Amino acid sequence: MLYRDTGQFKTSYASDQAVFPILQDRIGVIAVLLFAFLVVPLIADDYWFQAVLIPFLVYALAALGLNILTGYAGQVSLGTGGFMAVGAYSAYKMMTAFPDLHIVFVFISAGLFAAAVGLVFGLPSLRIKGFYLAVATLAAQFFLIWLFNRVGWFYNYNPSGTIDAPTREFLGFLITGNQATPAARYLTALAMLVVFCLITKNLVRGRIGRSWMAIRDMDIAAEIIGIRPLSTKLTAFAISSFVCGIAGAELFLLHLGSVETLAFDINLSFLVLFMVIIGGLGSILGSILGAAFMVLMPILLTNLFVGVLGMQAVTAKHLEFMVLGALIILFLVVEPNGLARLWQILKEKLRLWPFPY
Amino acid sequence: MDFLYSITIAPFLDIGSDLIFFAEVLIGGLSAGVMYSLVALGFVLIYKASGVFNFAQGVLALFAALTLVGIMEWGVPIPLAMALTMVVMIALAFAVERLMLRPLVNQEQIILFMATIGLAYFLEGLGDTLWGSNVKKLDVGIPDVPFEAGGMLLQTFELFAAATAGVLVAALAVFFHYTRIGRALRAVADDHQAALSVGIPLKTIWVIVWSTAGLVALVAGIMWGAKSGVQFSLSLIALKALPVLILGGFTSVPGAILGGLIIGVGEKVGEVYWGPPLGGAIENWFAYVVALVFLVFRPQGLFGEKIIERV
Repeated sequence: MLYRDTGQFKTSYASDQAVFPILQDRIGVIAVLLFAFLVVPLIADDYWFQAVLIPFLVYALAALGLNILTGYAGQVSLGTGGFMAVGAYSAYKMMTAFPDLHIVFVFISAGLFAAAVGLVFGLPSLRIKGFYLAVATLAAQFFLIWLFNRVGWFYNYNPSGTIDAPTREFLGFLITGNQATPAARYLTALAMLVVFCLITKNLVRGRIGRSWMAIRDMDIAAEIIGIRPLSTKLTAFAISSFVCGIAGAELFLLHLGSVETLAFDINLSFLVLFMVIIGGLGSILGSILGAAFMVLMPILLTNLFVGVLGMQAVTAKHLEFMVLGALIILFLVVEPNGLARLWQILKEKLRLWPFPY
Repeated sequence: MDFLYSITIAPFLDIGSDLIFFAEVLIGGLSAGVMYSLVALGFVLIYKASGVFNFAQGVLALFAALTLVGIMEWGVPIPLAMALTMVVMIALAFAVERLMLRPLVNQEQIILFMATIGLAYFLEGLGDTLWGSNVKKLDVGIPDVPFEAGGMLLQTFELFAAATAGVLVAALAVFFHYTRIGRALRAVADDHQAALSVGIPLKTIWVIVWSTAGLVALVAGIMWGAKSGVQFSLSLIALKALPVLILGGFTSVPGAILGGLIIGVGEKVGEVYWGPPLGGAIENWFAYVVALVFLVFRPQGLFGEKIIERV
């Protein structure tokens, strides 16, 4: 009854093209944002920040990045972990080589390096697509991880092979490294996610996003109506890698604090791909929902198996794998278009509720 | 200059100076390649018949090997244990068809691909839950004694593995070409709709294909498990099989075999001769880069069908 768009007339182009054209949506989003920015830092404890909220925000950004490439431009990529590693390691190198560099530029440069690497590994997409491309991006994954593992310069010849997050301030608050409070890191990740969601939303409904989707839906037809596959695909790779690179830098600076290449291995690529598929291909909300699902689900399962049923941690881990795999299949069977589609259906039902006829 | 020399000229000098060692490296590569071929074979079978890119093939091999070890631990004799494992794999094929493939008919390939990743997770968890996750020794009585031939050190096990793979491929080829079911399989691979319209039951075919892939996985699991123990890393050979597929083409059985051998040899030779100057452990990505370079020149693979969509 509350969710109606009846009577909300658009009187200007600007209001017609708003990101959230329906008043209730706007109120809802603002409420969620206010809650996330103001209330959550007050009520959440360290465990929630460290185990749930910060990884969720970081993975949501990574999923958003991959969704640009896979969901909007239709290029399957299994190299997300590699691109995130580029972001993390270039952030580290920039911070240690230029200690005075402002943290904002550190993040931007991390993204730019990742974008450049993404461009290079996106080149095969001009010749191949589908699974062939997926395997080609695996090359990026393995090669990049090997590179960061083998070349000491990347981790400043640290004997343990790990990189530790230097501390940086933003507006007088410590936001990176282990001394920063979880709340500060949470707010940083949240702010960045919001900014990138806004940027992505405006990208995908503009000329670039439309050409991505045209290439995704039928590349030959897209080419005939004058969309250049070369530049379109490469921009998709570059922008996607840019976002993934920043997510990688976040994973390193905000979440883990100290990483080695193992954190960016192939499983990370799959995890992010799962988030995108479960959340919904070609949907910004889907990236966020998918990340929430994949972060929360294992925690819930562990709590259920170990806490409630009193199982051994090892057995619980195995069962968790099983349940996760089964859930993924179940989700794909029930709703191949992901959580975002479920949300959409719910909203449509809600518009007609309680008189659906 | 030193670096350039060490990656362009020195490896070839090394090869020339000790040909027998080179031959041993080649044979080591070939025996690894046989394993890749076996896994890739399972991929190709399923891809041909159902258009599903089955990421779970490696885990299938792990699961088969785990089940075999588990059954053998009960004191069941080896042949019977193998038969029982095969029954499990067939039951699994039925379950996969009924619970996963049938509801997902007509979905996009990427969705099916993701479903097989889900299946991979599930099987891994299931195998570990049922049989435990520690490394197990699999001893099926394959002799493993080193012997010399023409100055090279060989293992009988490697010969045995190669022979098994050869027999398996030959049997599959005969099965595909001369039996009724084999013809039906090829018809389905060619065109689902046309196959359906001449009365080939798609569902049965899928069960048969997944069972065959299960059999191939079992053989691969036995070979690999007997060589280096049954453990989680077994499922990672699935990742190694991907460049093999690219090289050989997704739909070609001989391509899978040849691709596996090429990747196996290329990887070993690359690691031994080019690894040290590059910092070692290049095995992990070497195959992918080979496949990547290969893709640029011949996107359909060695024996793949020409109709691959070019962009």
